Amino acid sequence: MRKSSNNLVSVWLVPVGRGSPSPPFPDSGHLLHPPREAESIPTAASTDLNPRVIVQFGKKMFSIVRQKVFNGGSAATALGQTLQRIRPAVAAARGYSSAAKEMTVREALNSALDEEMSADPKVFLMGEEVGEYQGAYKISKGLLEKYGPERVLDTPITEAGFTGIGVGAAYYGLRPVVEFMTFNFSMQAIDHIINSAAKSNYMSAGQISVPIVFRGPNGAAAGVGAQHSQCYAAWYASCPGLKVLAPYSSEDARGLLKAAIRDPDPVVFLENELLYGESFPISAEAVDSSFCLPIGKAKIEREGKDVTITAFSKMVGLALKAAEILAKEGISAEIINLRSIRPLDRATINASVRKTNRLVTLEEGFPQHGVGAEICTSVIEESFGYLDAPVERIAGADVPMPYAANLERSAVPQVEDIVRAAKRACYRAVPMAATA
Amino acid sequence: MDFPGGKVRFTSEMEFISGNSETRVPCFRVLDQYGRLLNNVDFEQVSEEAAVKIYANMVTLQMMDVILYEAQRQGRISFYLTSMGEEAINIASAAALSDDDVVLPQYREHGVLLWRGFTMQEFANQLMGNRFDYGKGRQMPIHYGSNKHNYVTISSPIATQLPQAVGIAYSLKMDKKNACAVTYIGDGGTSEGDFHAGLNFAAVTESPVLFICRNNGWAISTHISEQFRSDGVVVKGRAYGIPSIRVDGNDALAVYTAVKRAREIAIEKHTPILIEAMTYRVGHHSTSDDSTKYRPINEIEYWKTARNPVSKFRNWVESNGWWSDEAEAELRTRVRKQLLQAIQNAEKTEKPPLRELFADVYDVPPANLQDQEAELREAIKRHLEDYPSDVPV
Repeated sequence: MRKSSNNLVSVWLVPVGRGSPSPPFPDSGHLLHPPREAESIPTAASTDLNPRVIVQFGKKMFSIVRQKVFNGGSAATALGQTLQRIRPAVAAARGYSSAAKEMTVREALNSALDEEMSADPKVFLMGEEVGEYQGAYKISKGLLEKYGPERVLDTPITEAGFTGIGVGAAYYGLRPVVEFMTFNFSMQAIDHIINSAAKSNYMSAGQISVPIVFRGPNGAAAGVGAQHSQCYAAWYASCPGLKVLAPYSSEDARGLLKAAIRDPDPVVFLENELLYGESFPISAEAVDSSFCLPIGKAKIEREGKDVTITAFSKMVGLALKAAEILAKEGISAEIINLRSIRPLDRATINASVRKTNRLVTLEEGFPQHGVGAEICTSVIEESFGYLDAPVERIAGADVPMPYAANLERSAVPQVEDIVRAAKRACYRAVPMAATA
Repeated sequence: MDFPGGKVRFTSEMEFISGNSETRVPCFRVLDQYGRLLNNVDFEQVSEEAAVKIYANMVTLQMMDVILYEAQRQGRISFYLTSMGEEAINIASAAALSDDDVVLPQYREHGVLLWRGFTMQEFANQLMGNRFDYGKGRQMPIHYGSNKHNYVTISSPIATQLPQAVGIAYSLKMDKKNACAVTYIGDGGTSEGDFHAGLNFAAVTESPVLFICRNNGWAISTHISEQFRSDGVVVKGRAYGIPSIRVDGNDALAVYTAVKRAREIAIEKHTPILIEAMTYRVGHHSTSDDSTKYRPINEIEYWKTARNPVSKFRNWVESNGWWSDEAEAELRTRVRKQLLQAIQNAEKTEKPPLRELFADVYDVPPANLQDQEAELREAIKRHLEDYPSDVPV
């Protein structure tokens, strides 16, 4: 929900430049991306970075968010999220003890695609700029060179066209991976996704199966305005016949993309532009080419006992940060990374709520008919008696995404919104009015 | 001088290319309006056996449409859509294809499926949505589909099959199959965005696909003068770099020739081809339409009689001594009997079992649907008297 905040810490970055992942509009050169949220002061280690970092302090200063190692958990510093293009220095600032290596989400997706294309000659990639340009976000880097133009297709600008072609190829028996430059553009192809891909197996009584994957960035980026910032999780997840996945970490990205490509049903794979450059620790198991995550299983990123917070994609990172803050105030939050929006892992969610008795749903998208609304209903249907407080729903503001940095910040959930909602759910509310 | 896209000659004449040329693209025909062979025509010869088969299927299609339309009117099926006036396009184009060619229809091409061997009973089963329907009762009538006949299940949104056909054609090319994709569209469907996307993409990907446009003059109540301002559909091929031809859609031999040759070129040269078949939609759009409300009855009558593709082809077949009144009578009696029997059988067959409500949403039924099915069965067991006795559980 829209909340005003006086605690702004804004960080402006000058991107490194050559070789770094480019913004969605390649010719726009260096863009200054105002950060979406940055609550922490950079550590000493992170100040000796290549780009100049100009930091302004708001009225309240937060303590440095230190990352602990959780069992299989992966988290990122606030700075790490905004400093997308800087890797080594920030990574060194975190203290991971058990992770074998680190991998960015971009590398995770690229390696997953590479391995699946290598394993199955029927898999091919299609989309705008995926070939020669190496991908609008460089996800498909190196693939054209390795697999050739028959398996990595640069398409004309027609989402309706290449989605239809992908569906046709899937009817025939190939396994296309269709990339949308952003899921906002998938609306031009949504008839093919819903009426052709999602429903064909049912309508044809199993004669036509559609083993297709639709992937691309979803939700808000930074400063891209209304037509480039919508989250489509709720839209696609409401349609039977589709599977809808939303990875958060690199391990999620690898395991879920592989699962999606291998799945015989059409899968909508919602990535996040701001997560592409983010680095996560990754286990040796996840690096293996046979690695695969089950579709329909959520992951408990952080165990807790006082309140359950469900989130997916980028919001998982915010939820983890909020959990840190809540922990200092004596509230132990359990963070569920949904991973799969359809099928929704109702069992895990309900088991968690039965343990904590309190629920906060978190998503970036519009509130009405959102993912949180479905989770809330599921919990009411199955675990009503276990609830000790009304369900708190955090979502993006019910407005088309504004462009101006301050407005944008107010239109998307921030860490303090999550903290406040969790406290309300624990009957430890703070006054709504803005205070110093 | 070079521009991206190649060399282009310059000119000092400031002139706009006209939106339409002075003369319209001519229409290829083999038979005249009475079914007599024109002189010096280059066309694909058909044997007596093939000609009789084509004719018999055209008659069967015509009878199917008449009787099944009536069945809807009698309340025995909920919906029907005829291909009256377009029998030549349906059957002759199908005859020119091989069984390996993958067909993506719009919805007025059940004649193609008939040619490929779909039986009267199979048609009737789909229309009634009974348990032998290959679609398991999931779709409304006329949405046929058959894997074994390479006929992709009909999908209602218009023109979506065009880019899909390109996808299939591309896959066939990658597999180096001696086959192409064949997709049909009406005049109205060419206004959809997918028409542009499909044709452009087919050309760019060099895919072996035939785009067969049935220009029958009407899109429900929209006459083609309100649909586009170009010289029909054939000229649009040029805009995409696609070879195209306009044929007399009511001339079975012309359609057969054009499709057969187009198919060979498409597969050999990896190119799409656009075929505009000119015809007239004699029937109403569907059983939900009464076209006398927006077009003159005498226009319909004229096309139904004087320009009838079935009688035209019959004249030619008979002129070769390959057909007779007796054969006609025998065929019509036999088909009528078959049809009525098929309808009766389909009506008596029970509907698909309850399980088919929940299956095929995904490859493997998900947990929530399994739960729902279990709940439903529980409820039925508890209240058996409220559950309809003629619906199998």
